[in-house]
Amino acid sequence: MSELTAFRTQAKAASPALSPLLPLEVRGLRLGFGGAPVLDGLDLRLGASGCTMVMGPNGAGKSLLLKLLHGLMAPDAGSLSWNGSPPGQATVRQALVFQKPVLLRRSVIANMDFVVRARGVDPARRDHLLQEVGLAHKARQPARQLSGGEAQRLALARALLTDPEVLLLDEPTASLDPASVLVIERIVAAARDRGTRIIFVTHDIGQARRMADDVVFLHRGRVAEHSRASAFFPTPSSAAARDYLNGKIVV
Amino acid sequence: MHTFTEAFSLALALILTGGSDLYQIVGLSLQVSLGATLVACALGLPLGALVAIARFRGRNLLLIVMNALMGLPPVVVGLLVYLQLSRSGPLGFLGLLYTPTAMVIAQTILITPIIAALSRQVLEDLHGEYAEQFRSLCLRPAQVMGALLWDGRHALLTVGLAGFGRAVAEVGAVMIVGGNIDHLTRVMTTAIALETSKGDLPLALALGLVLLGLALVINGAVQALRPAAQRPVHV
Repeated sequence: MSELTAFRTQAKAASPALSPLLPLEVRGLRLGFGGAPVLDGLDLRLGASGCTMVMGPNGAGKSLLLKLLHGLMAPDAGSLSWNGSPPGQATVRQALVFQKPVLLRRSVIANMDFVVRARGVDPARRDHLLQEVGLAHKARQPARQLSGGEAQRLALARALLTDPEVLLLDEPTASLDPASVLVIERIVAAARDRGTRIIFVTHDIGQARRMADDVVFLHRGRVAEHSRASAFFPTPSSAAARDYLNGKIVV
Repeated sequence: MHTFTEAFSLALALILTGGSDLYQIVGLSLQVSLGATLVACALGLPLGALVAIARFRGRNLLLIVMNALMGLPPVVVGLLVYLQLSRSGPLGFLGLLYTPTAMVIAQTILITPIIAALSRQVLEDLHGEYAEQFRSLCLRPAQVMGALLWDGRHALLTVGLAGFGRAVAEVGAVMIVGGNIDHLTRVMTTAIALETSKGDLPLALALGLVLLGLALVINGAVQALRPAAQRPVHV
């Protein structure tokens, strides 16, 4: 049993019994700006475990969906429920990694310590995660001097500090080189294996093939298709997903 | 021109020899204005941070008032503080009128709006960058304010400097509540005004040069602090 798994088990045993956050139920979700809907009656149900890859063309509403799931935005209409809890109440049990990592103007370790203090996390977990993401040797460096891949790894380590039940990732590997992408994927896969529910937005079809247990394909503000990865990639059922996977322009 | 050159030479001699009451006046000026700046920062920075992150009805009106108060006329502040501290005023029993404490109070009132308004702008910009991350971490407002103040510390040094510059250069408020009493409440600006009116230009010019020199030294010190503050720090 890894140190992190042991920590998770101990933490769960010590904390009062909480009902699980999953399943997620989304019904008729609508959100628009200036009268134009971005999400237009989106329905979705996600089960308790695994890695869901959210795909779709630009403007389909993927990032907005993540922010709504995380309680950072409120929908114009529709309902969203984490096993009965509204998004605002569920935020504390989730973590979101943004496409552009938001790092404090401090050292790498001070960025981690900020969350350690703010959320009352065991400091030993900080050291373990820095080791896991390969940044232990850069702990004293200013976080804003890290490369793009390192900065995203730090953001991911910081997100994992709170041992979230759900990890939301908004294109965390966009504009990273292949080596950095694989490192991020390895860390996310390890979190999934420890039981963290992953919801991962990506444009990278190869990454989706490597990571996905199931795929949600968004098109024009709705779920065009939600299926197991083993079915989605060889035989997508929607025309939009088929065109997208074939490299055609999907508007 | 001859008078200016002569006065300038005498001023330099005064500075170098430390003659007259020059250093005492400079010392009191620094004591009063640095004291006022520290108190104003203690009040104005948290206020600026609070207004930067808070959204409430009437916020825009508050911003207008805060910005308008940056231009408070020193003589008006001096007069208001005088009315409070004079023997017949509500705080007259404290016996603070014509003391350095009264001068610190007046300067604090003068520069707190400057510190609050400028820090609000700096911290609101920073908050725009951090807001979603902080909400994602479910931070309490006090934690958000603390993080913003710490991460904005370099820009806030400049804000503090602006406040100090306003305090050390003003004459109206300290003249009214301090009274420009020799060896007690005489500071650089009031001394310059007095010596100029008496025709003692060398001392007035010497004090003016010291005032300019101080501005340079303090700016230089703040600039020197920045690289140190930007080094990786484990907090």
